[in-house]
Amino acid sequence: MSNTMSDSCLSTPTSPAVAPAEKRSGTQINTDRFDTPIEVDRPILQTIGLHKSYRKGQHVVPVLRGVDFVANEGRVTSIIGQSGSGKSTLLHLLGTLDVPDQGEIYFDEKRTDNLPIRQRDKLRNGKFGLIFQFYHLLPELSTLENVLTPAMISHGLFRYWAARKQLKERAKHLLDLVGLGHRLTHKPRELSGGEMQRTAIARALISNPKVLLADEPTGNLDRQTGREVLNILRKLNEEQGLTIVMVTHDQTIADEADSIVRLFEGCVETV
Amino acid sequence: MYKLMLCLRYLRTRYIALASIISVTLGVATMVVVNAVMSGFSHEMHVRLHGILSDVVMESHSLDGFYRWKEHMEAVRQVAGDEIQDMTVTVHVPAMLNIMVRDQWLPRQVTVIGIDDETYNKVSDFSKYLKHPANREQVDFNLKESGYDAPEDSKLAEAGWLYRREKIRYQQELEAEMRRFELLNRSVQARHTADPNEIDNLVSPLDLTRNEPDGPVKPKFADDPNAPPVPGPPPAEIADRIAHQKQPEIEPALAGGDPFAARYKQPESTTFDPMKHQAPGIILGMAVASIRQRDAEGKVQDYFLAVPGDDVRLTFPSAESPPKAISETFTVVDFYESKMNEYDAGFAFVPLSRLQSLRYMTHPDLGSAVSTIQIRLKPGADLQGFTNRLRAAFPPETHPYRIQSWRDLQGPLLAAVQMEKTILNILLFLIIGVAGFGILATFYMIVVEKTKDIGILKSLGASGGGIMSIFVGYGLSLGIVGSGVGCILGLLFVWNINRVAKLIEIITGREVFDPTIYYFQEIPTIIEPMAIVMVVTGAMLIAVMASVLPAIRAARLHPVEALRYE
Ligand SMILES: Nc1ncnc2c1ncn2[C@@H]1O[C@H](COP(=O)(O)OP(=O)(O)OP(=O)(O)O)[C@@H](O)[C@H]1O
Ligand SMILES: [Mg+2]
Repeated sequence: MSNTMSDSCLSTPTSPAVAPAEKRSGTQINTDRFDTPIEVDRPILQTIGLHKSYRKGQHVVPVLRGVDFVANEGRVTSIIGQSGSGKSTLLHLLGTLDVPDQGEIYFDEKRTDNLPIRQRDKLRNGKFGLIFQFYHLLPELSTLENVLTPAMISHGLFRYWAARKQLKERAKHLLDLVGLGHRLTHKPRELSGGEMQRTAIARALISNPKVLLADEPTGNLDRQTGREVLNILRKLNEEQGLTIVMVTHDQTIADEADSIVRLFEGCVETV
Repeated sequence: MYKLMLCLRYLRTRYIALASIISVTLGVATMVVVNAVMSGFSHEMHVRLHGILSDVVMESHSLDGFYRWKEHMEAVRQVAGDEIQDMTVTVHVPAMLNIMVRDQWLPRQVTVIGIDDETYNKVSDFSKYLKHPANREQVDFNLKESGYDAPEDSKLAEAGWLYRREKIRYQQELEAEMRRFELLNRSVQARHTADPNEIDNLVSPLDLTRNEPDGPVKPKFADDPNAPPVPGPPPAEIADRIAHQKQPEIEPALAGGDPFAARYKQPESTTFDPMKHQAPGIILGMAVASIRQRDAEGKVQDYFLAVPGDDVRLTFPSAESPPKAISETFTVVDFYESKMNEYDAGFAFVPLSRLQSLRYMTHPDLGSAVSTIQIRLKPGADLQGFTNRLRAAFPPETHPYRIQSWRDLQGPLLAAVQMEKTILNILLFLIIGVAGFGILATFYMIVVEKTKDIGILKSLGASGGGIMSIFVGYGLSLGIVGSGVGCILGLLFVWNINRVAKLIEIITGREVFDPTIYYFQEIPTIIEPMAIVMVVTGAMLIAVMASVLPAIRAARLHPVEALRYE
C-alpha cells in the first residue's frame, strides 16, 4: 500500500470530499429578514481528488495527485506553489482545456470533466475567461479584433454580422475599462507587455464570463505594471463580483486574495 | 466568423502560400491551353478525315459492283429512313493515272470514283474542297474558262479553257513547224533521189539550201536573193493540207434548205477539237497532280504536274472476268484539296455514267451497276447505331457488302488522337497533383508556425472543426485564386496563340508550325467550356485536398500542448 501513499495526497480535514449538492445546503443560510437566500461562499469551481500525470513513453510523471480545490463565487482565490508543482496544470483542468486522469471537476454544480468536447469548448468560450503569462494574443489581429475573437467564435457569421455593432461597442468599452481605449487598431507587437496583458483581460471579459482564470498574469511584467494589472483584476472583482482564480508564485500577490491554495508536489497543502 | 477573418488575414500576410499556388496556376493554364489546342487539332482532324467521305458507305466486295442498287437503297431506307438525309451511288475502281510531264508519261496510282455530280455533294463535303467557285456551288465535269482559286503566282491561277487554248495553239504551232520541217526534209531528200514525180508535186518556194547538210553555206544577207525567208506560217496550200489531214471537219449539212435539219441536229463537230472540246472531265486530288515543296527562300510552293485544262490518261480494269485494261483520256477540270493527304493523293473523280459505260457496267435488263451506296445521315443521328443496324440488315454471311462508317475507316487514327489527348490530360493533371503536394508542404509549415495561435483559439473555445475550416478555407481560396488566374492566363494564351507562335518564330528563328506538315496556316483552337470547368474544379479540389491534411492536424492539436509550443 506504500505505492498508493506516494501517489495520492493525504486527505486533509479542511477539504472533505463531499458532493457539491450536499455542500450547497450547508452554505445557504436562511434568515428571517430576507426573502431570498443569501449566498455565503457558494463554491463555483470545485475539484475532488484530481489526478493528472503526463506520460512520456513508459515514463509517467505524476503532476496532480488528488487535488481537492474549491473556489467560491465572487471571491479571489490564488493558487501558489513552486515551479513545477502543477499550478498551470490545475488551472488548465479547471478551464476545461484538459481532462484529468481521475477525479471530478464541478463548475456551478455541474460536472465538466466528462462533458463531450463541444460542450467543453462552449463552456470555455462563454463561462471562463482565461489569461496567460505570455498574453497569447493573435499577432495578425488588432487589439479590437483580438478582444472580439471569443465573440466571433461564439457567434456564427450571420449572427456576428447582425450583432457586430453592439459587440464592437462592448469591446471598446472593455478596452476603455482596462485603459486601452485609444489603441484599438494596434497589432499586439506594437504594444508593451502590460498593454498586451490588459488586452488579454479585455478579451477574457468579452463574453461575460463567470470565472476569470489567470495563470501568472503578472509573471512577465515589472512590479509597477503588474500592480496595474492586479488593480484592474481587483476592481473587476469588487465592482462586478467576478470570481477570479489566479495562479502566482509571488507570496505577496497571493496574500491579497480571499483564499489561498498552496500546491506542493501535486497536493494541496494546508496553510 | 473568426474563420473567415483569420483565413483572409493569413492570405494577406503569407505570400509564400501564394507562391505555392503559382504551380497550380501554371498547371491550370497549361491544361487549358493544351486542351484547347488538342480539341482544335482533333476537330480539324475530324473535319479532314470526314472530308470527302460520306457518313456511311455500303460497299460491294467485288470490283464489278452490284446491279440492283435501287432496291438496296430502298432496303437501306427501310432500316432507318428517318435518319437518312441523302444517298447516292458511286463506282470505285483502282486505276493508273498517267500525266504527261515534259514528254514523259508519269504514272500515279489512284482510286477512281465515278460520282453522280447531282447527288454526290449532298452526301459529302466533297464540293466544299474544290478549287473553282462554280464547282463549289454545283459540281459539273466541264472545264471552266478560268478563275480557279490559287495564289497569284501559282500555275493553277491561270488554268482553265484559256490555258488549254493557249497550250493547244502552241502545240499545234509546234506541230505545224515540225511538219514543215519534215516536209522540207522530204523534199530535200526527194531532190537528192531525183524522183521527178515528187519534185513536181512539191512546188516549194522555200530556199532549200539552208537545210541541206552538204550544200554550200551561203552568207545570210537581207538583200541576198538566196537568203532564207523569215520563218512564218506555212504556205497556204501546205497549211491547208495540214489542216485537212489533222481535222477533216465535217460541216453539218444545215445550209441546205432542209426543214427538218434542226431535228437531226448533230453535234457541232463530231471530231474532237482540243481547242473547243474537252475529254470527259476528271477531278484530281491536289496531291495527285502537284508536289508541295519549299523553294530556296523557304516559301511553300506547289509544283503542278497537270492543271485544269490538261489531258491525262486513265487506265483501269473493266468489270468483266477476266478484266481487261481500259485506257481513256480525261481532261482535268478541277482539283479538290481536303488537306487530308491520304485523300488528296489517292482519289480521282469522274462522271459516274461515263465510268460505268467504259467499264461495261451497264446491262440492258438490269440497268447500271455500282460499287457503293453512300449515305449521309441527318445531323445528330447516331452514326454507330445506324451502322450497326445496317450491318444487321445486310449480314456479311448472306450479303457481299462491307458496311463502314467514316469513323470505322479512320478508326485507328481517331483512337490514337483521343488516346493522345487523354494521356496528355493525365500527365498535366499529375503536374497539378505535384502542385498539390507543394500546397500540402506549405500548409503543414503554416500549421506548425501557427500552432500557438491554434492553441489560443482553442483556449478561447474554438472547436476543432472551426480550426479545420480556417485552413480548408485557406486552401480553397488559394485554389480559387490559383485556378482562376491560371484559367484566365490559359485563355489569354489560347486567344493569342498564333501571335505567340509568331513571336517565338521571331525569337528562335524556327518555324513553330510547319504548314507543309499540317496543311493549315494557323494553330486551330477550340475552347470547350466543359473541359475548363473540369480543370478548374479539379485544381480547386486538389488545393482543398492538399489543405485538408494539415487542417486535420491543426484541428487535432491539444490546446495545452499548443499553448506551450514555442
Ligand atoms: N506535456 C507534458 N509532458 C510531460 N510533462 C509535463 C507536461 N506538461 C507539464 N509537465 C510537467 O508537469 C509539471 C507541472 O507543470 P506545470 O506547468 O503545471 O507547473 P507550474 O506549477 O505551472 O510551474 P511554473 O510555475 O513554472 O509555471 C512539471 O514538472 C512539468 O515538467
Ligand atoms: Mg505554470
